[in-house]
Amino acid sequence: MAKGIMIVAEQRDGALRKISFEIASTARKLADQSGDEVSAILLGSGIEGLAAELAKYGVDKVFVGDNPALEPYVTEAHAQVAAKIIKDNDPAVVLFGASVQGKDLSARVAAKLAAGLATDCTDVKIDGGKLVCTRPMYAGKCFGEVVFNVAPAMASLRPNVFPAVENAKAGAVTKVDVAIDAPKSKVLEVQKDTSGKVDLTEANIIVSGGRGMKGPENYAILEELADLLGGTVGASRAAVDAGWRPQKDQVGQTGKVVSPNLYIACGISGAIQHLAGMSSSKYIVAINKDAEAPIFAKADYGVVDDLFKVVPELTAACRKLLA
Amino acid sequence: MNIIACVKQVPDTEAQIKVKPDGSGIDDSQIKWVMNPYDEFGVEEALRLKEKNGGEVTIISVGPARAMETIRTALAMGADKGVHISDPALDNADAFTTASALAAVIKGLPHDIIFCGQRAIDDDSGQVGAMLAELLGIPQLTIVTKLEYTGSSVKVVRPIEGAQLVIETALPCVVTAQKGLNEPRYASLPGIMKAKKKPVDVKNAAALGISTDVKAKVAKFSPPPARAAGKIICGDDAAQKAAELARCLREEAKVI
Repeated sequence: MAKGIMIVAEQRDGALRKISFEIASTARKLADQSGDEVSAILLGSGIEGLAAELAKYGVDKVFVGDNPALEPYVTEAHAQVAAKIIKDNDPAVVLFGASVQGKDLSARVAAKLAAGLATDCTDVKIDGGKLVCTRPMYAGKCFGEVVFNVAPAMASLRPNVFPAVENAKAGAVTKVDVAIDAPKSKVLEVQKDTSGKVDLTEANIIVSGGRGMKGPENYAILEELADLLGGTVGASRAAVDAGWRPQKDQVGQTGKVVSPNLYIACGISGAIQHLAGMSSSKYIVAINKDAEAPIFAKADYGVVDDLFKVVPELTAACRKLLA
Repeated sequence: MNIIACVKQVPDTEAQIKVKPDGSGIDDSQIKWVMNPYDEFGVEEALRLKEKNGGEVTIISVGPARAMETIRTALAMGADKGVHISDPALDNADAFTTASALAAVIKGLPHDIIFCGQRAIDDDSGQVGAMLAELLGIPQLTIVTKLEYTGSSVKVVRPIEGAQLVIETALPCVVTAQKGLNEPRYASLPGIMKAKKKPVDVKNAAALGISTDVKAKVAKFSPPPARAAGKIICGDDAAQKAAELARCLREEAKVI
């Protein structure tokens, strides 16, 4: 019978990504309720040393697939190895990170195993011995509780929602040697974003601007505030469609759905499709001169005033507090 | 080229989503239905490939009777024919069942490249494209913002966190479209007239020989958790308000 909780860790360039610790900690918490074991799948090339880091976050056992064919990430190769390890070890639950890679991989693995998969979950629990996942649907306009009819129950967890908690376990390494079919896809180039900014989906703080920014040049004041707070700048659909900001910055139902600790909406009226994408933020600040703007209904803190005056003052006030 | 674009009919992005009182689903009585925006990018890219290289675009949709409108919309944009997989047993299909239905149709059709939206904006699962690729035993390129067809392969750009990947894949393959891939056209009036006469096959689960059992299901729907009433920061001028806001963020919310 399927038993235990397995995670599929994510590493890039030889370093584990934060989401890996978030899913490890979540798996540990679930496993402790049922007295189960947490195992992890770690794939890449020259990455065996990372197993010890997973152990720190509560992983009992690490299956390491160390093979040059697994670096860089290629869906077909990773899916083949991950599915084989899952099949051989028969866990009851498999958790992935809902990162771009995790979503790409989890769906392919779920299809290989004919398993059910809940994407981008914001809560997971074991109820009556079975995994139950809560996930936003319609970009957060409603939530669904997902249950599974077959094992393993698979879920991907939204980054930045589940805490990473140190809880050292053995992390015993088992090397797995899976024959890998030559993939039909090849990564030709990795074009790194040199800005050094955290992606919106993983950012703790987002400073976002909408139509009220009036033009692309005015985003400099948001960049300054974001830089000070260690945050990332986002944008509404209106700003992206106007060509003021790149597509990757768009927050909302047709952009990124985000869950930062702090979301500062500047000159954003709060169209329903935007609100859907950011309403699971822990704290929402709205700065808008229109007191009737729908964004204020979602905001924990609202400032009704001209953003071009408030934002620079806010940057100055924060600089003083943080000094 | 034989190009396939999978489409789904979903509530418009401006739609308010109300959960039924018993939590069994959403109340869809007031909803305006549209083609999933990400699928539009897929249809547009399919049409551009056909216009450049010749061939045929087939639209496939899994959905109730109303989904035919979305297939007609894609035909009006310029696609050639459609397949509508319609079966009440598929009304609560999960991604695996949907992908199985699509795969069953596509196995019987010549296909060089298959487009899906990177996710549907209703269930937000983003699984069908990858599952379809696996069931067909072909590569997947998910969340694609740029595509170049070379004759026997495609070269695409995929944004990931903090980087963009350039990936090349042999055909056939599944590509899931992300915003930025193109600017979808509107259907022209002559296009709409022509679409009415284009052939659409309607198939049910039995005809496809697929199981409608789901692997995962949404047992309960609920509205989003209510947010506590916020506070409006008062002050004589912008500087005062900003200072008070900064203090709240630091001392109350403890987020900076």
